[in-house]
Amino acid sequence: MTLSVQDLRVYYRTLRGEVKALDGVSFELADGEILGLAGESGCGKTTLGKSLIRMDGRMKHVGGRVELDGEELPIGDTVKMNPFRFTEVSIIPQYSMSAMNPTRKIGRMVRELLDSRGVTVDTEELHRRLDLVELDRDVLKRYPMELSGGMKQRMVMVISTLLNPSLLIADEITSALDVSTQKAVVTTLKGFRDLGFVKSMIFITHDISLTNQLADTIMVMYAGKLAEKAPSDAVVNRPRHPYTQLLISSLPEVGVRYADKKLTGIPGNPPSLLDPPVGCRFQDRCPLAFDKCREEPPVVEVEKDHYVACWKA
Amino acid sequence: MLKLQGVSKVFKVGTFGGRTATAVDEVSFEIGRGEVVSLIGESGSGKSTIGKMVLRLIPATAGSITFDGADITKLNRREYYRKVQGVFQDPFSSYNPIFKADRIFSMIKEVYFPGESAQAWREKVAAALQDVRLDPAAVLNKFPHQLSGGQLQRLLIARALLLDIGFLVADEITSMLDASTRIDVLNLLADLKQRGLGVLFITHDLALGNYISERTVVLYQGRIVEYGPTEKVFEAPEHAYTRKLLASVPQLHRKWEGV
Repeated sequence: MTLSVQDLRVYYRTLRGEVKALDGVSFELADGEILGLAGESGCGKTTLGKSLIRMDGRMKHVGGRVELDGEELPIGDTVKMNPFRFTEVSIIPQYSMSAMNPTRKIGRMVRELLDSRGVTVDTEELHRRLDLVELDRDVLKRYPMELSGGMKQRMVMVISTLLNPSLLIADEITSALDVSTQKAVVTTLKGFRDLGFVKSMIFITHDISLTNQLADTIMVMYAGKLAEKAPSDAVVNRPRHPYTQLLISSLPEVGVRYADKKLTGIPGNPPSLLDPPVGCRFQDRCPLAFDKCREEPPVVEVEKDHYVACWKA
Repeated sequence: MLKLQGVSKVFKVGTFGGRTATAVDEVSFEIGRGEVVSLIGESGSGKSTIGKMVLRLIPATAGSITFDGADITKLNRREYYRKVQGVFQDPFSSYNPIFKADRIFSMIKEVYFPGESAQAWREKVAAALQDVRLDPAAVLNKFPHQLSGGQLQRLLIARALLLDIGFLVADEITSMLDASTRIDVLNLLADLKQRGLGVLFITHDLALGNYISERTVVLYQGRIVEYGPTEKVFEAPEHAYTRKLLASVPQLHRKWEGV
């Protein structure tokens, strides 16, 4: 078991009160597993990724316990997290196009970064990995601005995984890319896992079709809570939570004729996380909602490895 | 209704404009009444540049764009925008955050309908909101930050409808929206199409183009590589680039080969 997350809660402080971005999420991640984290804007998927590496100062850690390889991660303490960041837990951020220091040549930046962790650069290994993502070795002598978006993305992927972290978090890294580049990035990530550069991975995206190409397991979140978690194939083909079902049926596909068929969206908007409703958070938009939904639905294993938080599932 | 013939756009680049970059290269296609044509391409393919030229935000370098037979550059601007309007990618930056969102309607009234009585105008706005399936009480008199991206995007479409437009340029209008609301905006376009609106639907998302359009134009580096009925382009693509593009689309029920 690489990662074990128990009842993780993360609240943000704002002027209007506390935003309960993540409100009691538990899950486990096995060795070599790629978990796809899917959901709409504001469901807490980015917060979940960032909290595991503690990247955001506004985050007020409230509760929960996170274990990585049997050791507790001090995600509540910015300073204590330092020895884990980059070496044990690493992230490819959403903004990786601008994640590199623009005033340093890339080679020097990598060297400085590794120095700060007390590690010397293994140039041979670095070159090997550049070859793997099909980047010219000369990029190390260039400035980030000399690289195209796709090249910067690949460079950041190499840097983030250079110390073979146990857990890699990839946050919406494909959303600014063209479809053909997306495919290359996903192939590379899978390669990193297969070659053992990273033990396990959390791949965050709003695009379920894309997650399905990469992830072993998909976890769907809604308004700061887990809605459904199951092997990718089960989430896509046999979803049990009404939210997942509606979400998947609202996705248009290539290769289907829509001449007189119409897809439908989900009416309404997600609830405010300043003051979320009591009970199931999807109840106001759910066609199946009934009285019981005013109580919080527990996460239940309905089939092997298929977890759903819904009274009707 | 809208016809592009050999339209090109060449930008001057470099310090003194010494070099040139061809963004759009001799593009010709046509969009009829009640028809949605999707313009598909990756970043830098020139798809947004075409939209901007149709909206007269930038001039074409060569070729002609005609609307109902008249060269659009010769038409009176105000009259042209009464018939042709655009909606863009980012609904949040389309509004001035310090004013209420419904100011976009009063600005239309000031310019195009100064003589209309307040009562008649209110009814007209209510009808336009009805058309985009928004509840007036939920969206009027609100600031942009109080509304969702989907609501803001639909308000912009309602604004365009107030002008009895015949043609809409929709440039990536759903790419900032969530999956659950995206499809509603697309269905709205499909309804408007039934009423005779012509739409140039610019997108990088092939699945959306496949869902909404009758015909599809595939652009690559400013040139049209494939153009035809949507089923044909998607089911029997002839150009290698289209085939490559289709093979890279992540599909829900099918996994990529060799990944």
